Amino acid sequence: MNQIEQEYLRKKRRRDIGLLILNIIVWLLVMFPLIYGFLMAFKPSAELYDPNSFLFPQNPTVENFKNVFNVAPIHIYIRNSLIVAISITVLQIVTSLLAGFAFRFLEFKGKGLVYAITLSTMMIPGEAVIISQFLMVSEWGITDTIIVLIIPFMVSAFNIFLCVQALENFPYEVYEAAKIDGCSDFRFVFTILMPLIKPTLGSMAVQSFLSGWNMYMWPLLTTNTDQSRTVQVGISMLNSVDSQSLVLMVAGVVLCMIPSLFIFVVGARNMVKGLTAGAVKG
Amino acid sequence: MSEKPVIIERERTFAEKIQGYAYLLPAIIILSVFIFWPFIQTIYRSLFLTNNMGENAEFIGLDNYIELFTSESFWNSVSVTLQFVVIVVAVGVLIGFVTALLCQKTFPGIKFFTTSYAMPMAIASSGMAMIFQVMLNPSVGIINKLFNTFTNYLSHPIYALWVVGILTGWLNSGMNFLYFSSGLASIDDSLYESASIDGANGFQQFLHITLPSLRPTLFFVIVTNVINAFQGFGQINILTKGGPGQATNVIVYDIYRNAFMNYRYGFASAESVVLFIIVMLLTIVMFYFRGRREN
Repeated sequence: MNQIEQEYLRKKRRRDIGLLILNIIVWLLVMFPLIYGFLMAFKPSAELYDPNSFLFPQNPTVENFKNVFNVAPIHIYIRNSLIVAISITVLQIVTSLLAGFAFRFLEFKGKGLVYAITLSTMMIPGEAVIISQFLMVSEWGITDTIIVLIIPFMVSAFNIFLCVQALENFPYEVYEAAKIDGCSDFRFVFTILMPLIKPTLGSMAVQSFLSGWNMYMWPLLTTNTDQSRTVQVGISMLNSVDSQSLVLMVAGVVLCMIPSLFIFVVGARNMVKGLTAGAVKG
Repeated sequence: MSEKPVIIERERTFAEKIQGYAYLLPAIIILSVFIFWPFIQTIYRSLFLTNNMGENAEFIGLDNYIELFTSESFWNSVSVTLQFVVIVVAVGVLIGFVTALLCQKTFPGIKFFTTSYAMPMAIASSGMAMIFQVMLNPSVGIINKLFNTFTNYLSHPIYALWVVGILTGWLNSGMNFLYFSSGLASIDDSLYESASIDGANGFQQFLHITLPSLRPTLFFVIVTNVINAFQGFGQINILTKGGPGQATNVIVYDIYRNAFMNYRYGFASAESVVLFIIVMLLTIVMFYFRGRREN
């Protein structure tokens, strides 16, 4: 190795170590609320007032995670949230794919208009129509069911938009060839289109799951009993001023975060690609 | 065969003509029933005095709007929302930008850090709000332990808004990190190379290459964050319930309060229409710049 190379490597190592140290400092600062939450969940409640137990639990325990089930049926909340989030994800992918296919490959009267109207729904924030939605489902008598948490979210205009964008550069000839070979449209969508726009669908899936899992206002309004409550509303019922139960509350919050964090970590790479593909170009 | 290309000209059957709509049926039904119809109803209801059941009892024209625009409480909500938005955007953009810069160049362990920095986008506002509540607890919370005080930040007229704003900014920071990262990644490396050959130091490169290249991303991130901030609800409901007094009573929370606590559905609908107009304008701006960037 000559001197220039050595000099370069030394410089690179110094830069790497510098970046690593800076990142550790910033990470501790930015992630502090999350770290704090996880540490609190392992703290025995008696330690809350102990001045020696500042941040780290002196006697870590998993009791909180067990006891929180006596205070609230977390397992039911988690089950409900899983049903809701997974259903929303699957339904949104299917409806977006079908709509994306129709907008991209089929010719019909009023296509442009229907597409424009579909996209325009993105301008209507959920919070602005929630009163009417709530009064409507109350009138139908379907409040306090799991169904009411799924149906309104089974179609997402934004995901349709993403699908159409992903299909934009998809060669029309492939469709024609498939047609000539006798492939039905339906089969074409699910066996040819779907695998080809996997990155987009992957990021859509992660986002749909997370938004279903993290939904708060709609379940708060439409569910009243544990049987249909989802985690976000369920754990906020643990919200209390009694500081003895603070650790239980945090343990509940941490338990309810785990599924979404898991999905995020697994799908993160996909999401980065999908998110940035259509969104930002410098 | 004629000389025309492959496509065979023939009268399309009825089934083929409506085929497109068949594929769009789920989307059309759900969007109509759960967005357009409620939207029309919201506008309609905003012209009525409603009873406790939400039924339109008496047509009062624009009276709800007049009452809204002359009420001090509404203007307070507007002002609180604007302050909230400023805090959210400042905190969220700052964290997202700094973390993205720190991960612009690769170093050992970068994967762990990038996943971490993006993580807030996966976290529910309600769950995090409860952790913030514990952090800020007057007797056992870490913030008070650190400063050896017994302040109840959540019932303080100024701190309360900062708390919910910082929390919301933190929640947005993960998304912002991703947008800034992709913005940074798309800057051409040769720009930096030629700059360093010309003798520009790191700070000069940052000032004259990084910042100008990121301007469109920055703008997009700010608008997205503003739209998000206008819709913040869970964290406010859990932490402050709009209080103390009206200190954190943002527009969305005020709508919730008027509709579901005071049962003034008509009045809250008028407020919803105002919220819609604000968010619509912001969305148009966002799409405009998104489209421009793609060209």
